[in-house]
Amino acid sequence: MNHFYFTEKDVERLEEQAVQIRKDIISMIHKAKAGHPGGSLSAVEIVTALYFHIMNIDPANPGWPDRDRFVLSKGHSCPVLYSALARRGFFDAKELDTLRVYGSILQGHPDMHKCPGLDMSTGSLGNGLSTAVGMALSAKLHQQDYMTYVLLGDGECQEGLVWEAAMAASHHGLKNLIAIVDCNGVQINGFTNDIMRVEPLADKWRAFGWNVVETNGHNMKDVLTAFHTAKTMRHNTVILARTVKGRGVSFMEDDCAWHGAAPDEEQMVKAIAEIGEGGVV
Amino acid sequence: MGKTLATRMAFGEELLKIAETRDDFVVCNADTKTCGLDKFRTYFPEREFSVGIAEQNMIATAAGLAACGNKVYAATFAVFASMRACEQVRTFVCHTNLNVTIVGTHTGLQVGGDGATHAAIEDVAIMRSFPNMTIVQPADAVAARKIAQASVDFVGPLYIRLHRNAVPDVYDENYTFEFGKASIPLDNGKDMTMIVSGILLKKALEAAEILKKEGIGVTVIDMSTIKPLDEAAVIRAAQETGAVMTIEDHNIIGGLGSAVAEVLGEHCPVPFKRIGIHDRFGESGDPELIYRAHGMDVDSIAAAARELIARK
Repeated sequence: MNHFYFTEKDVERLEEQAVQIRKDIISMIHKAKAGHPGGSLSAVEIVTALYFHIMNIDPANPGWPDRDRFVLSKGHSCPVLYSALARRGFFDAKELDTLRVYGSILQGHPDMHKCPGLDMSTGSLGNGLSTAVGMALSAKLHQQDYMTYVLLGDGECQEGLVWEAAMAASHHGLKNLIAIVDCNGVQINGFTNDIMRVEPLADKWRAFGWNVVETNGHNMKDVLTAFHTAKTMRHNTVILARTVKGRGVSFMEDDCAWHGAAPDEEQMVKAIAEIGEGGVV
Repeated sequence: MGKTLATRMAFGEELLKIAETRDDFVVCNADTKTCGLDKFRTYFPEREFSVGIAEQNMIATAAGLAACGNKVYAATFAVFASMRACEQVRTFVCHTNLNVTIVGTHTGLQVGGDGATHAAIEDVAIMRSFPNMTIVQPADAVAARKIAQASVDFVGPLYIRLHRNAVPDVYDENYTFEFGKASIPLDNGKDMTMIVSGILLKKALEAAEILKKEGIGVTVIDMSTIKPLDEAAVIRAAQETGAVMTIEDHNIIGGLGSAVAEVLGEHCPVPFKRIGIHDRFGESGDPELIYRAHGMDVDSIAAAARELIARK
C-alpha cells in the first residue's frame, strides 16, 4: 500500500461516503419502484473512490475539457453514479428522488444531455469501452493528459464488442485508459458461471494486451491501491474488482433476484439499517 | 458528356483535399477500400484512427471522439454502417446527438458484382427512422464534392450515402448544395414531377428528355437531402404538376419513395408512383441489367411516367 497516495483519513472519509451512497441507492430505487440495486451496490467502493479521490474533476465546471472522463458501461447501475454525482456537488441531492420520473435529469439509464457530470450516455451493454477508447484517443490527439475510466460488468464481458474495443485499446497504446470490471459473478438470470462463463477474465484481458490488476472491490484501501497501481503502469490497464452483487444488504447479496428489483417499504428500512450498521468490510 | 467518377471516390478525394487546409476533423476506418479514405492515414496519420474489421467498435469509438469535441468521419460500406453497427449509430451517435458523419458506400443495385451481401438496399429506411439523423445523397461526383465541403461544417449526426461505380457527371461546377433544400435540375413542364435522390438522377433526366419529344413536360427534382425532407418542394411539385414519381436506388419500402408518400398522403394526395427496388435483394451482375430487371432503367422510367400521367 502506498501511504503517499492516500492517508488513513482519506480511507475513513471515503468509507463514510460509501455508506451514504449505499443508502441513496436503496432509497432512490425504492422511491422509483424500479431500478437495479444489485449491480449498483457492488460498484459503490469503485465509484466512490473515483469520484471522491481519484478523478480530476470540477463539479462547478462539468464540461471542463481537461477533466478525467468516466463511462458507466454497465449503465443500468446508474443509481450509484447518480448518488456520487449528487454528493460530489454536480447537482442537488434532492434530484435523487426523481429517478425514472418523467422530466427528470435522472433517466433509467444515463443520458449525458440531461444529467450534469455524465461524459457518455450508456445503458446498452458492451459499448462503453469503445466510447472510452474514443475519449482516450482524443486525449492523445490533442495532447491532453486526462485519464479515461470505464466501468464494465463481468456479465457484460459476454458482449463481443467489449473485445473489439479491448483489442483497439492495446493496438493504439492507450496508457491513459483504465477499465474496471465489477466482477460480482451474478447477472439477471443467475450466476455468470452458469449463464455464460467469462472467466478466466485475467487471462482474457492479458491476451488482449492489457495489464491486469486484481483487487477486493469492497475494501477501500485495496481499491485505492489498485487505482494507484493502474495509473502508474503507463499502459492500458484493467482492474478486476472482485465484488459481491447487492453488497451491504444481507438479503440482496449474491442473489440475481435483486439485479433489477425495487425494495418495498419494509425492505428499504431493513436495508438502510443494515447499511448503517454494517459500515465497512 | 462530362467526366465519370464514382460518388464515393469523389467524396473521399475531396475530403483528403480539405484536410490539407483544415485540421478540425478526424477519420475512423474499418479496413475497407470504401471511398479512398484509407489513404487518410498516409497523409494525416495522427488524425486517422483505424479499428480493423470492427464496425461496431468504429462507430462507438467515433462517438467517444465526438463526445470530446471532435468532428468525426466514420467510413465503411453502407450495409455495415447501417446494420452491423446499427445500434451504435442509433444509441451512441443519434441519441447522444454527436458530431459524427457516417459515410456509407456501395449502396443500391449499382454495386453489381459483389452481390446482395454488399449492396445496401435498406440503409435509408434504417437511418431515416433514427431521430436527429440527417441523410444526404449526391447525384454525381460534382455533388459528392460539394457535399464533402458542406459536411465539414455540419454539426450533428449525418449519413452520407454514396455509390460504388463511376457515373457520368450531370452537374457542372455551378452546382450548389444546401442541406435540406431540393433543387430542380430540369423543368420541361408541368405534366408531372420526378423526385430523385442519388445517381439515378441521370436516368430520370434522360427519361424526361424522351418524354419531352412526346410532348410530355416533366419537372425533375434532385432530393439530395432525404432527411429532413424538403416537404415544401414536394407539396409544391404535387400542386403544380398533379402527379409525382420517386426514383431511388433503394428498396421502395422506407426510403425516398416512402418519405415523399408520407408528405403527399398528409398534404396533397396526387397520382403517385415509386421507382426502386421491389423488395428483393440485389444480385451479382451488370448493374444496368439488374436495373432493367427492377424497372429502374431509362425506358422503364419513361413507360411508368406515361402510365402515371394517364391516371391524372
